[in-house]
Amino acid sequence: MALMTGAQILIEALAREGAEVIFGYPGGVTLPIYDVLYDHPLRHILVRHEENAAFMAQGFARTTGKVGVCMATSGPGATNLTTGLVDALMDSIPIVAITGQVPQALIGRDAFQEADTFGITRAATKHNYLVKDIDELAQVIHEAFHIAISGRPGPVLVDITKDVLTGKGRFTPVSELRPLRGYELQLDPEATAIEEAAAFVWEGERPLIYAGGGVIAADASDEVVELSEILGCPLVHTVMGHGMMRPDHPNYVSMLGMHGGYAANMAITECDTIIGVGVRFDDRVTGRLDRFAPHARVLHIDVDPAEINKNRRADVGVVGDAKRVLKKLNAKLRETASERADENAKARTAWHKQVFGWKREHPFDYEPSLDEIKPQYLMQRLDHFMGGESIMAVDVGQHQMWAAQWVRFNKPRLWQSSSGLGSMGFGLPAAMGAAVANPDKTVVALCGDGGFMMAQPELATIAANNLPVKVVIMNNGTLGMVRQWQELFYKERYSQVQMSDGFPDIPMLAAAFGLKGTTVRNPADLDDKLREAFEEPGPFVLNIHVTPKECVYPMVPAGGALSDMILGPQKPVMAGD
Amino acid sequence: MKKQLISLLVENQPGALMRVAGVLTSRGYNIESLTVAKTLDPTLSSMTIVVDDVSDDNRELLIKQITRLVNVIKAVDLTDSKSVQRELALIKVSSVRPELRSALTKEAEIFRARIVDVAPTHYTLEVTGSPDKIEALIDLLHHYGDVEMIRSGSMAMARMPKNQLPTPMFRMDADEASIETAVDSQG
Repeated sequence: MALMTGAQILIEALAREGAEVIFGYPGGVTLPIYDVLYDHPLRHILVRHEENAAFMAQGFARTTGKVGVCMATSGPGATNLTTGLVDALMDSIPIVAITGQVPQALIGRDAFQEADTFGITRAATKHNYLVKDIDELAQVIHEAFHIAISGRPGPVLVDITKDVLTGKGRFTPVSELRPLRGYELQLDPEATAIEEAAAFVWEGERPLIYAGGGVIAADASDEVVELSEILGCPLVHTVMGHGMMRPDHPNYVSMLGMHGGYAANMAITECDTIIGVGVRFDDRVTGRLDRFAPHARVLHIDVDPAEINKNRRADVGVVGDAKRVLKKLNAKLRETASERADENAKARTAWHKQVFGWKREHPFDYEPSLDEIKPQYLMQRLDHFMGGESIMAVDVGQHQMWAAQWVRFNKPRLWQSSSGLGSMGFGLPAAMGAAVANPDKTVVALCGDGGFMMAQPELATIAANNLPVKVVIMNNGTLGMVRQWQELFYKERYSQVQMSDGFPDIPMLAAAFGLKGTTVRNPADLDDKLREAFEEPGPFVLNIHVTPKECVYPMVPAGGALSDMILGPQKPVMAGD
Repeated sequence: MKKQLISLLVENQPGALMRVAGVLTSRGYNIESLTVAKTLDPTLSSMTIVVDDVSDDNRELLIKQITRLVNVIKAVDLTDSKSVQRELALIKVSSVRPELRSALTKEAEIFRARIVDVAPTHYTLEVTGSPDKIEALIDLLHHYGDVEMIRSGSMAMARMPKNQLPTPMFRMDADEASIETAVDSQG
C-alpha cells in the first residue's frame, strides 16, 4: 500500500470504524486533518465552541448507540473539550475525541497552544492516548473505538502530535490489532451467578426493579420489561433510564430519587428485594445512604465490577452485560417458575397493589393557573406534541426535573440528559447531535434560560446546517434550581441567580441568526405557538415565560432519606404516613 | 484507617503510572512509597504501592477501580495477605567518632547491613529488609553520627503461587502477627 500522511491515516481509520460525522473546530496543529477533510466524503459539522462538539458527539451517541466523534486542536481546543468528556464519562456515553498536539520536538517547551492534554484528560476519559509514532496511529484509532463502545461505554481521547499528522506511514488494517491485555470484559455472567440470582429473586415478597442508564447502553430494555412481567414486579428508573419501559405499562412507576415520584421513593423504601440493573446507587437516587431501602436485600447487575458494592453492598452481584444477564436470568426464572412462582405470588400481588395505590394517591401534581404558564403545564403540552416518540435533550436544573417527571418516552434513546455531571449548556448541542443522527425524528432542545445562554452561540451552527431543532427555553428569569435551594435552605437570600436582566429578546436574537423565534407568556397561546414550532420543518426558537417562583416537588432535602421527601410547600411526608 | 499494600501488574507503557497514581491522588490519598520496574516479560511492569490511611470500606473499591484501568492487568490487595515485603536503603553516617567505629560495624552486621563505602568522614551502609527493620536500624544509627538515607520503598511479593492469589473481589484473612514473625525471622 502506498504511503499516506498521518492525517490521511486518521481519516481512513475513522471512516473504517463507521464514523458518519465529526463535530469539530479546526486550529493550527489540526490543519493537516482539515486539509484531508476538504475533499473527503466524511461529514464534518463546524461547531462554534469545542465543548459543544463533545456534547454533539454525545447527542449522536446517546440516540444511536454508536460512537460519536469530536475533534479539536491543541491547547484551548482540547481543554474546551474536557467538560464534555467528563460528562460522557459520568453517563457512560461512547465518544472518541481527536485532538492535535504540538510537534514532538516542542512538547514540554511551552509552545504556542501547548497543553498537557494527555495528563489533563486522564481523569476525564475511560482511556486516552498520546500518539507520537505514525505506525501506531491506525491501531490506536481502532482501539479507541473498541474501548469507547465495549463493556461500560465511555469517552476515549486520542492526542496526535502534528509531526505524526504530517509524516508518512502505512495504514494498518483492523485485523492486525494487538490484544489489549489489561482490558478484560466480563460480558457473559457465570452460570452459578444466574442460578443464585434467580433463587434470590423468587424469595422476594416485595420486589422492585431499579434500572438505569446501563439498560439503555446495553439495549436491554425489552429484557427488563420481560423480567418485570415474569415477576409482576414494579419498575422504577433513574433519570438516565427514561424510555426503557412504556409509561403506560402496568408495572411502570416513575423516576425515583431526589425529585422522583412519591410511589417510586416509597416503593424503594418499603421493598424487600431490589433488582438493580445498570445503576450506580448514586447519591441523588439514594438520598441518605444509611437509610436507603432499609428493608431490602440487593441483587446488583452491572457490566463494571467496580460498581458492585461501591455505594450499597450487594447481597448478590452479577457482573455482565445487562442484555446477556437478563436474557439468561429471564430464561432461568421461566424454567423455575413452575416450582417457585407460587410461593410469594400472593404477597407480590398485594405489593404491586400497594405501590400503584401510592401512585394513584400521589401522582406528580401542581397548582394550575390561568394567568401564568406553569412549568409543569409546559411539560404536559410538550409531552402532548411529542407523543412519546420525539427526541428531547434537556439542560440541567428545574426544567430537567420537571421534564423527567412529566414528559413520557415510549422508546429508549429518545431522552437525553446530562445526568451524572449535570453540565449546564448540554441540552442544545446534544439535541443538535441527535438531529444530525436522526433526520427522520422531531428533536426538542429543552433549556432553562441559564443553560440556553451558555450554549447560544450554537444557534449559528443550527442556522448554517439547517438543523431542525425545536429550541424550547423554559424562562423563569432565574437560575431556578439554585433559587429553589436559596428559598428553601438559605432563608430566601437570592444571591446571584437573576437571569432576566440582560436576557436577550429571543425573536430578535433568533432573527439575527436567520432563525424563526417567538416569545410566549400567556397559557392560552401556548398550544398555538408549540404547534407552529412543531409544524415548522426547520429550526425554531421558543422563549416561554413560566411562573418564576415555582419549586420542583417532590423533593428529598440533601442529606435526607427518600422517605423524608417533601411533596409540596410545607407538607413533609414521613414513611408510613 | 490503615496502610494499604497494593501489588500491580501493568503494561509497560507511558501513562500507566499516571493512571494508577491518579486513582489514588484524586481522592487525596498520599502514596507512602511506590516502586516500579519491568518484569520477566519486558512489556509488563510490576508495581508495589503503599498508600497511607485507607479506610476498610475503600480498599476493595480502590482495587477494583485500579483494575478497571485499561493498562492494568492485575491489582491485588496484599494488606492482609501473606506476602514477603522488602525494602532497600542506603544510609550514610557521617561525623562518626573514632572510638565508635568498631561498634558501628558490629551493629551493622547484626542487621546484615553491608558497608559499601568508607571514608575518613563517613560510612555508607546498604541494607535490605522489612520496613520495620530498616526503621530500627536508622534509629540506632542516629546514636553514631549524622544520618542521611535513601529508601527504595517497599516491594512485595505474595507468598503463594500466582494462580492462588486472592482475586480483587475477595481478600484473604491472614494472621498478621504470624506473617510479621515469619518475615522478621528470615530478615
